[in-house]
Amino acid sequence: MTSTGVSASDSLPGPDGSKPEGDNASTGRLGDRIFGGTATFAGLSVIAIVVLIGAFLVVQALPALTSNNANFLTSRDWQTSDPMRFGVLELLWTTVSTSLVALIIAVPFSVAIALFLTQYAPAWLARPAAALVDLLAAVPSIVYGLWGSIIVAPKIVPLQNFLQDYLGWLPIFKPVAGISNGATIFFVGIVLAIMILPIITALSREVFAQTPAAHKDAATALGATKWEMIRTAVLPFGKPGVISAAMLGLGRALGETIAVLYIISTLPGGTAWTWSLFNGGSTFASKIAADAAELTPGKSTGAYIAAGLVLFVLTFIVNAIARVIIERRKAFTE
Amino acid sequence: MKITRISRASGVALVAALALAGCGSSTNSDSSSSNPAAGGSSSGSDSGSGSGSGSGGAADCFTGNLKAEGSTAQQNAIQQASSSYSQKCSGAKISYNGTGSGAGITAFTNKQVDFAGSDSALKKDKGEPEKAKQACGSEAWNLPMVTGPIAVAFNVKGVDKLNLTNELIAKIFSGKITKWNDPAIAKENSGVTLPATNISVFFRSDSSGTTDNFTKFMNTTDPTDWPEKNSKTWTGKTGQGKAKSAGVAQAVSGTDGGIGYVEWSYAIQNNLKVSKLNGIDLTADSVGKAVEAATQSGTGNDLALKLDYKTKAQGAYPLILVTYEIVCSKYSDPTKAKNVKAFLSYMASPEFQGTLTKIGSAPLPQSIQQKVATAVNAIS
Repeated sequence: MTSTGVSASDSLPGPDGSKPEGDNASTGRLGDRIFGGTATFAGLSVIAIVVLIGAFLVVQALPALTSNNANFLTSRDWQTSDPMRFGVLELLWTTVSTSLVALIIAVPFSVAIALFLTQYAPAWLARPAAALVDLLAAVPSIVYGLWGSIIVAPKIVPLQNFLQDYLGWLPIFKPVAGISNGATIFFVGIVLAIMILPIITALSREVFAQTPAAHKDAATALGATKWEMIRTAVLPFGKPGVISAAMLGLGRALGETIAVLYIISTLPGGTAWTWSLFNGGSTFASKIAADAAELTPGKSTGAYIAAGLVLFVLTFIVNAIARVIIERRKAFTE
Repeated sequence: MKITRISRASGVALVAALALAGCGSSTNSDSSSSNPAAGGSSSGSDSGSGSGSGSGGAADCFTGNLKAEGSTAQQNAIQQASSSYSQKCSGAKISYNGTGSGAGITAFTNKQVDFAGSDSALKKDKGEPEKAKQACGSEAWNLPMVTGPIAVAFNVKGVDKLNLTNELIAKIFSGKITKWNDPAIAKENSGVTLPATNISVFFRSDSSGTTDNFTKFMNTTDPTDWPEKNSKTWTGKTGQGKAKSAGVAQAVSGTDGGIGYVEWSYAIQNNLKVSKLNGIDLTADSVGKAVEAATQSGTGNDLALKLDYKTKAQGAYPLILVTYEIVCSKYSDPTKAKNVKAFLSYMASPEFQGTLTKIGSAPLPQSIQQKVATAVNAIS
């Protein structure tokens, strides 16, 4: 039963139809008021902060956007001194493509890890292994950046060459001249995959662990093997959870800054457009971080803030999709 | 079902906590990323300055705090100066925040710091001298303090020595020369076997004073091959951008056929080979000669210099960056004036300037050192 905070015995409905009144004992107590007030304040302030950030971005970006001589959404230029010509097309492409590569790699891995931890691993192994995966999330992103650019990037070159040689006819694997040592979108995607792996794994694990035992037992009783049981009971139950986990991971990948900044090679202006993942580039976040040291208040900063606004909206959309999926899942299972 | 809901909530909370942890660490690492290099070099030079301090020790001491902010190019030098200065004067605390020249000047004109470090003198076209004058209530002076040579670092298998002319540099960095065995390079390097490797040009992806000076150098010395005006962000049409000097240095050292421009200190730290410029080696001496050849563009004690990249002075290496300390000629607070004076006169002293070579900066030539010392003395 639900608790309303008002005891039923406080008063009874009057003969004249007046409603029962509480004695205000529970709602008026100091502890109640402090707790309720703190919770309300926390909730409201978080909303206020997000709205204010959005407003700040819009206000700061507007002067730059109005004096922009290029189409903000379709231009590839980035010139923030007068005459201003800047557009986010290339930033958008690099941001989205690195994140998608990360997602394509990380989701299957995460689901496999989560299934192993919840369904296959013995209890003595599952807990420490889960803790180790979570530890990956605690590694600072600068460490990923340095590790990626110094240690791993040169070693990824053979894989890239292999893909270029055999799948080079696909536009996304077309060879690109002039990016050395694996400092490419493709490799950034791999590093981002490792960075978002723990988030997706942790949430998938939680969801898989919640599969009702009755479902699993029913599948097993019908003669399903372990894998068939997972396919028919665990995966369908966990699917919406995995999707929303992937969206949260995507949100993190979109906003990753320092690791991307240190790994990727940026392109000089006027480079020919290519769909290839073996190109360099800048993401929204890495572009802003690269020039942040020299930003001074004014219009040129507004261009970067406008780029930040696009990232803000993009992340917002991704999170909204995740939320919709979580909501839909609720309707099915309860 | 209730249990399910709770555990799901905890799952979300866990994810949120992880996501937050990720955010936190990325911002932390942002600020600390420049520190390891700086810390390393200042600790490495401690021993040298410590031994020097025994003999000199003429510096005036002050007690209290001195706050400065600005250029990252002189961060190592200031850190070394402040550590050796506070060895002599235990009460003095100097904090320097390497946020970039633009941010330093803004902080100075907002009266948040006592002096600013900048890669360039205050710019008239941006109205900076007026703003600084307003903040000080007196003229602001540009005092050259640390010379940072820019090294053209290369990595070509089998090539130890390389000589590049102004024209070759502009042609390589604009992508007009793409092979190391190009006849134009071979002509300047007789006796060196150059391989047919492709040239991989690396530039700074972040906005930087080094890029500004390097493009200015190319635009001045060879405008036909480098027609673009100087800019803090790379305006070239070729190459790959790398984050910070460390990123460029590391990319050059990891790429056969790589070439890039970095501050001298990074070339030293990464054991990179440094090209000669018009036959002149990059040394403290050749850099000093180039500073000596510069003309003073400021008046009186405002020692803003106009570098002559095309200088014909014997043995001068003109690809340099002079960083300035921007100070008020008259501080409204006399203790501040005293503190700034005491610290800057230590920095301008031959005793400190002599230790600069160890961290990849070059000392000012004596004639300029004296001028700076006079100007510092005139601060009131």
